[in-house]
Amino acid sequence: MKIAVCIKRVPDTEMGFAIAANRTSIDPAGLKFDLSDFDGYAVEVALRLVEKHPPGEVVAITLGPDAAQETLRKALSMGVDRGVHLSAAEVPFDGLATARALAAELKDNRYDLILFGRMATDSGNGTVGPMTAELLGLPCVSAVSGLELGDGRGTAQRELEGATETVTFPLPAVLTIDEGIARPRLPSLKGIMAAKKKPVESRPAALGPVRLTVDLLELPKERAAGRIIGEGPEAVPELIRLLRDEAKVL
Amino acid sequence: MAFEGVDFYQLDTLLSEEERAIRDTVRAWVDRHLMPVIGECYIEGRFPKELIPGLAELGVLGANLPEKYGCAGLNNVAYGLIMQELERGDSGVRSFASVQGALVMYPIHAYGSEEQKQHWLPRLAAGQEIGCFGLTEPDYGSNPAGMISTAKETAEGWVLNGTKMWITNGSQATVAIVWAKTGELDDPKSIRGFIVPTSTQGYTAKDQKGKLSLRASDTSEIHLEEVHLPKDALLPRSGGLKSPLGCLTQARYGIAWGAMGAAMACYDEARQYARDRVMFGKPIAATQIQQVRLAEMLTEITKAQCLALTLGRLKDQGTMTPQQVSLAKRNNVQIACECAREARRLLGANGILVEYHSMRHMANLESVYTYEGTHDMHALILGQEITGIAAF
Repeated sequence: MKIAVCIKRVPDTEMGFAIAANRTSIDPAGLKFDLSDFDGYAVEVALRLVEKHPPGEVVAITLGPDAAQETLRKALSMGVDRGVHLSAAEVPFDGLATARALAAELKDNRYDLILFGRMATDSGNGTVGPMTAELLGLPCVSAVSGLELGDGRGTAQRELEGATETVTFPLPAVLTIDEGIARPRLPSLKGIMAAKKKPVESRPAALGPVRLTVDLLELPKERAAGRIIGEGPEAVPELIRLLRDEAKVL
Repeated sequence: MAFEGVDFYQLDTLLSEEERAIRDTVRAWVDRHLMPVIGECYIEGRFPKELIPGLAELGVLGANLPEKYGCAGLNNVAYGLIMQELERGDSGVRSFASVQGALVMYPIHAYGSEEQKQHWLPRLAAGQEIGCFGLTEPDYGSNPAGMISTAKETAEGWVLNGTKMWITNGSQATVAIVWAKTGELDDPKSIRGFIVPTSTQGYTAKDQKGKLSLRASDTSEIHLEEVHLPKDALLPRSGGLKSPLGCLTQARYGIAWGAMGAAMACYDEARQYARDRVMFGKPIAATQIQQVRLAEMLTEITKAQCLALTLGRLKDQGTMTPQQVSLAKRNNVQIACECAREARRLLGANGILVEYHSMRHMANLESVYTYEGTHDMHALILGQEITGIAAF
């Protein structure tokens, strides 16, 4: 099996952060970066599939500045065989621009499966995977929480609100991986040392035009204290007045 | 919540990407596998031996020994970071790794024959064999030169007799590195090292009960009574006290890092608690007394980190001296003891419960203060280095 996993370097979600002076991005000072959580599940799924259906190869692909190679090496230290770095000064907010670059890289390489995390933990758009699938003309199943492969086909489970959907699809396909499917293995020390010797190719990213930009990034307004208007049906007229005149939602 | 470490002076920027990755993976492993069970193990007084395969697979056993013997082949700063992260979990678990790596695998690597290395090192790295280090005796702790364990040479090999005490891994070990005098009892130059499979007739081990420190660790008395060994049980390049002391220097280096892990864990716990615990209508972090406590802890931890990292670079350069290790072990363990105690006090009543970590670290660190050269002995080692006069 030949599997590609598209991964993204993101700020560590548990750390505090500040909004940059330009108010359109996060201040990078003091941030720690790591492989996006859902991408970690995708890497683990790929490694397990190749272990279950040998022989195989897992290739990790990332788009971003040179620092993104560190994230590739994390994937390599988990057991991924080689890495591809698509070099770009920054990762555009416009997922379609990224998808075009990834599709250009993926299209001639005949992967049986292309995996993404369900969404990146910084931008949270969940668009790049499905867009890349569309550009490649491949079937896409998103938010996969269970997976079986065999005979050139796959069966995936998707958790919906209160139900599980089962989808079958032919290979090659693109899947975006949800949490719960597999706990990512921790790199062993030998894996970390071996990662240094695994091949990483770097080439400029063929980004598509960036048509979506961030105008403003701000923290949510602090919730004001609640106000008790009254009790029982007598309070309703005043409530309606406030909803109409103050909150302006009626 | 995942442990995020303490790095006030941005020492992370002085680490290589690889060293950071190694530190991060051991940190994550400790969060995932050790933290959920350590409180229970400590109360029960048992070493979590079910974690040995995981530790071995992670690659932390003998991590700074060469790859050709199945080890990770890491540099000494990375080895130190591993010890730091293990001890952030528990000193007893770090002791297991110190013994296996620095006190069993190291002497085989440094003083053993190629056959011994090929046979034992990969198995010890894989956790298939568990080792212990038999130097200390009931009446000879700080003064190992006075040991009375003997190894008499015979036509077939050696016969060992003696008792060793305070032996980490003593009961669960499959192999013991035992130091004994091959000559007269007043001749420490005749001390040599022996590889003793613990299944050999005459070897017995007994758990030392009633410990109030290092409870999640196997500490045993081992007794060798007419233990017959083949000729090739001898570590051929061992000779004199400098051989076991060379091993101790390795272990003490790891402990200088390890103690910082415990200190960092206590500081982190205290810091978070101070922010969350409200008394008199505000968090106790708003009070001067607790702020001073936290500032003292951070200061000592930061100094200790600078010391350890510098020492690690010296070791990798090949110029580190045992006296430099004495300074770091003594200092870093001492400040860790204080950080743990102060953190425990900041935690108030909750600080006496095992679900908080500081008191467990505090109790453990008393052993770390005492073993591998007591705090006082390291001062005398430094005193001799400074003055040229031995005051032992």
